[in-house]
Amino acid sequence: MAGPTRGFLGRHRGPDDVRLPPGQYDVGDGWPVLTAEATPRLVPERWTMTLDGLVANPMTWTWAEMHALPQTTYQGDIHCVTTWSKLGTSFTGVSVDVLLEAAQPLGTATHVLATSTTGYTTNLPIEDVQDGKAWVVWDHEGQPLTPEHGGPVRLLVPHLYFWKSAKWVTRLTFLDHDQRGFWEQNGYHDRGDPWKEQRYQGD
Amino acid sequence: MVTHGKSSVTRVTERTVWRTATVASVAHPSRSLAILRLEIPDRPAHLPGQHYVVRLTAEDGYTASRSYSVASSPRVPTVELAVEMLPDGEVSGYLTEVVTPGDELEVRGPIGGWFIWDATTPAVGIGGGTGVVPLVCMLRYATEVGRADLLRLAVSARSLPDLPYADELAAAGALVAITRRPTVPPARPTGRLTAADLAPLMTEGATYFVCGSAVFAEAVTQLLVDLGVPAGAIKVERFGPSG
Repeated sequence: MAGPTRGFLGRHRGPDDVRLPPGQYDVGDGWPVLTAEATPRLVPERWTMTLDGLVANPMTWTWAEMHALPQTTYQGDIHCVTTWSKLGTSFTGVSVDVLLEAAQPLGTATHVLATSTTGYTTNLPIEDVQDGKAWVVWDHEGQPLTPEHGGPVRLLVPHLYFWKSAKWVTRLTFLDHDQRGFWEQNGYHDRGDPWKEQRYQGD
Repeated sequence: MVTHGKSSVTRVTERTVWRTATVASVAHPSRSLAILRLEIPDRPAHLPGQHYVVRLTAEDGYTASRSYSVASSPRVPTVELAVEMLPDGEVSGYLTEVVTPGDELEVRGPIGGWFIWDATTPAVGIGGGTGVVPLVCMLRYATEVGRADLLRLAVSARSLPDLPYADELAAAGALVAITRRPTVPPARPTGRLTAADLAPLMTEGATYFVCGSAVFAEAVTQLLVDLGVPAGAIKVERFGPSG
């Protein structure tokens, strides 16, 4: 069957819908939590951020060093593969571009594997973390990120489904190949573009 | 494992292709709950813990899809999903109030390679509300293969009507915690699951499957970590407000 489902009308479709990728709905002020693991209790002073792999200068920043870098705020929308979107929200932290400038990925680097303190991983093409598309963030709408939303610090790649925005991120490893992360090994899409509805492998 | 459906080892694309399911039956064990049994031709077999995505399409092409855990054992011919009606839930409202036997639904699955259990190693399942559904699948499968001894269960809900499969779970020896309204003479005082409830369930080498609302999952995983369960042994499936 490719046609309509008998008797299904769906919710009211409003003017804001142009901001919703296909199959997504607006969660409003809410922000659902989706995690596959126990929420870790991280001590910021013991957290570090590392860029390694195919980079000219492997780098590690402490919490204090990260906060001394130029900060930027992302203002916009986020989209979860479980079909909710949160419109017009904001996050503050450091652009991954700032980290890349210090670490200098080699020309052979094509992909990134993000790793969390929990061991969670997710893979991204290098283009998706460059040129103002990705951040390492610690504030949400002016408040410190809460632990269940990845606090004290998470990756933010808002143009892709939100499982790519690894909570409790601690490492970006640059690779010359695509290496599947946690959800990607479990059937989720390698890129996860919400506008192309790339939810699962094969989409 | 002996299952209906094809081999459990299938290519991912076979599990993510959209199939047309036919609704075989609809039951309403309580006002807010529907149990749907679906006939899904040519489906890959599922593992306990996996889910299906159901996609609804309106006349104008608008679609809405949500994920629902499978309650039925891989050994039975139909796929059983339990759907809780959520406030303003456009998909759950349709599935609990509009769907009738004979209707066709688009589905894809089974999905999920993380929150799964094959009844060969010890497991502790802790579920809240409709979060018990994947645990019911685990229980049914373990019982059928004669390994119910490997599974220990604790489940919780606001009231008994809010707990799907309450009788089946209680009969299997699950600890049942009702948090607000006791509707039967309580075997256990009304209240949330505590460390004292969970401590006796702890099993060396077990995997802990926690499923429920974000608040429930957060509380339970913290209890487990505080009891000394390694974080790596805990698998969590959180239900957001997903309509």
